[in-house]
Amino acid sequence: MSAILPPAQRIWWKQPLDKAEGIWILIAFAWCLVMFFMMPYWHVYGKQNLSSETYKTTAEAYGKKVLSFAEQNKVREETDDKIPVIHPPAGADVYLLGRLWAWWPILELETGKTYRLHLSAMDYQHGFSLQPENINIQVLPGYEHVVTITPNRAGTYAIVCNEFCGIGHHKMVSKLYVK
Amino acid sequence: MANAALFRTCPRSGLQFHRSAETLIKLNAVAAVVCLLVGGILALLILLTRWQAIHLVNAENFYMYLTVHGLDMLAFWIIFFEMAILYFCSSTLLKSRLATPGWAWAGFALMVIGVVLVNAIVFMGEATVMFTSYVPLPGHPVFYLGLILFAVGALIGCFVFLGTLVVAKAEKTYEGSIPLVTFGALTACIIAVFTIASGAIILIPTFLWSVGYIKTIDPLMYRTIWWAFGHSSQQINVSAHVAVWYAIAAIVFGAKPMSERVSRTAFLLYILFLQLASAHHLLSDPGLSTEWKVFNTSYAMYLAVLASMVHGLTVPGSIEVAQRAKGYTKGLFEWIRKAPWGNPVFSGMFISLIGFGFLGGISGVMMGTEQLNMLIHNTIYVPGHFHATVVIGTTLAFMALTYFLIPTLFNREMINPGLAKWQPYLFGLGMAVFVTAMMGAGTLGVPRRHWDITFAGAAQAYEFPGTAWLMLGIMGVAGVFAVLGGVLYIYITVGSLLWGKRLDTGAYSTQRSVLRMPAMVMTGHGTAGFAAPGTFVFAMVFLTAFVLYYFVNWKYLSTVWGLS
Repeated sequence: MSAILPPAQRIWWKQPLDKAEGIWILIAFAWCLVMFFMMPYWHVYGKQNLSSETYKTTAEAYGKKVLSFAEQNKVREETDDKIPVIHPPAGADVYLLGRLWAWWPILELETGKTYRLHLSAMDYQHGFSLQPENINIQVLPGYEHVVTITPNRAGTYAIVCNEFCGIGHHKMVSKLYVK
Repeated sequence: MANAALFRTCPRSGLQFHRSAETLIKLNAVAAVVCLLVGGILALLILLTRWQAIHLVNAENFYMYLTVHGLDMLAFWIIFFEMAILYFCSSTLLKSRLATPGWAWAGFALMVIGVVLVNAIVFMGEATVMFTSYVPLPGHPVFYLGLILFAVGALIGCFVFLGTLVVAKAEKTYEGSIPLVTFGALTACIIAVFTIASGAIILIPTFLWSVGYIKTIDPLMYRTIWWAFGHSSQQINVSAHVAVWYAIAAIVFGAKPMSERVSRTAFLLYILFLQLASAHHLLSDPGLSTEWKVFNTSYAMYLAVLASMVHGLTVPGSIEVAQRAKGYTKGLFEWIRKAPWGNPVFSGMFISLIGFGFLGGISGVMMGTEQLNMLIHNTIYVPGHFHATVVIGTTLAFMALTYFLIPTLFNREMINPGLAKWQPYLFGLGMAVFVTAMMGAGTLGVPRRHWDITFAGAAQAYEFPGTAWLMLGIMGVAGVFAVLGGVLYIYITVGSLLWGKRLDTGAYSTQRSVLRMPAMVMTGHGTAGFAAPGTFVFAMVFLTAFVLYYFVNWKYLSTVWGLS
């Protein structure tokens, strides 16, 4: 007469349900449906949905794209490493790459404008983590992910790497400006 | 042949142990505790490093320790213990001989070799690749080989379990259907077979890649298949520890399932839908369609979440029914107030249940929601969540079961019962605060697997808010309490095995009894009454917390940058 013994009736599946169980199953199932429909609902009415637009690429091809993007829109350089700061026009395709152990280049965007942000990694997997906004996206080598972003607050942001990428992982942090 | 098998009946519990099964259960349990010990020492070092104010070990060692900690705890401790549970639930509960003990020994040997190889190669600094070993981060071939050997060993164990069910059925060692707990173990076993097959599909090519035979492994393919192994293995834990909850409710209270049909259907839902949850590791990945993410992450409309919510009601519900039958009927909650809170078998199980549901379950569904995942992906929120499921849920449930096994399986009197009484509270509540603080820090953006959130020496800097530091401090203090709880567990179990008073084992003989169906004595219950009102109130409290937390996160999401 317990869970470590066989059921007391041979035909146990005909035993009627207790009301506490039956009602709970109905409530729980209704809640599960609400949670399920929230996701498609947000795709229609919400403003924060991760794009699935992706292209296969290589480190070489993507690196070239980022370089040419950086040359066209450079406004200044920062830090001892002379990292270019890029101020692209609104609506433009903007490119960012992750490699051991930095994000490159530094982007300078404008509030309320929309950009197509391209992300890819040159070597290992990296994690794009925009702080303090807290938007987190996985970045894979060989895949060029295009995310449409609309910054809604001015400020100096940081892009932290939050996917382990070797011994210098914790030094992989970069800036992003929103004017 | 069957008659040559030796059985003994434990004079305290009435359980009948087959000698081969008994030895293997003991060995697997001991191997599990050894892994827990190594993983636990590393846990302390990792904790004292992420507690930024202390920052104990250097970066190289930190990442190395984190890799070993993940594997020793999440894979080795738990799967060794699950092997013990599988043999216990088949051979012991069904009063059957263990099928092919030779194969079971071979499986155990392979698992031990795998564990030794993996630990050795990572400690040599050759495979600091984390638990996930995402390609193309390179690990030494021995690392993948060790994992494969361990997995093959575990697979053999699964087939020994299935074989034992066949033997029991053929030799008619039980009447009627298998007990619910064995049914739960069978669920765990079926999920394990799927899990290990997925592991083989990805780890074998990764091994070949590491020796240079295959040129590249696609990182997205790796992630997709690896998580069918990595996440599904956590679903083995869920099925196993839910089975342990039912077992402990039965052992401590003589509780019977409120309805066999409901509980077994819930287990069936696990088999059908739980593995889809692997997808929620890929929600912030490129290259996968939105539809694929939404369908899979919802476990096909949250049917597996439904199953967990059902177990969350039926386990305490069955305890309530059993307690009410004993006369604890005053008000809604006398049954739980008068429960044996000083018995670590019960208190461990109940804290495991509450912690798994409130902390692990709710946070898991939140982070497993397609859009919400972006808020916490790869932050320290993620380990916060799975320490709630795997440490408070699985590990604490297994600890509670150990306290029952010491006198019955190992035939020793438990040393320091006074300390044992406090162990589940120290460990469970310490972990509860620890995981809550981690989730708090993760919500503030603190990354996981990160040695230094001050970014000292980096070309550019970022300063996390003061609250994040506070959270890491709370995590550190609570974590130390939890580690102390872990130390107590190991001291009590190992100490009892070494110095505990020997108890009467019951003689081995070829005599054996058959597992009879219990007589029908309970009437009025399970016949459309409302047998567990107190539990129902708890369930409504749980639902309220769930709904509030879920929508708070949508509110938070609605304030971040527009993304499309």
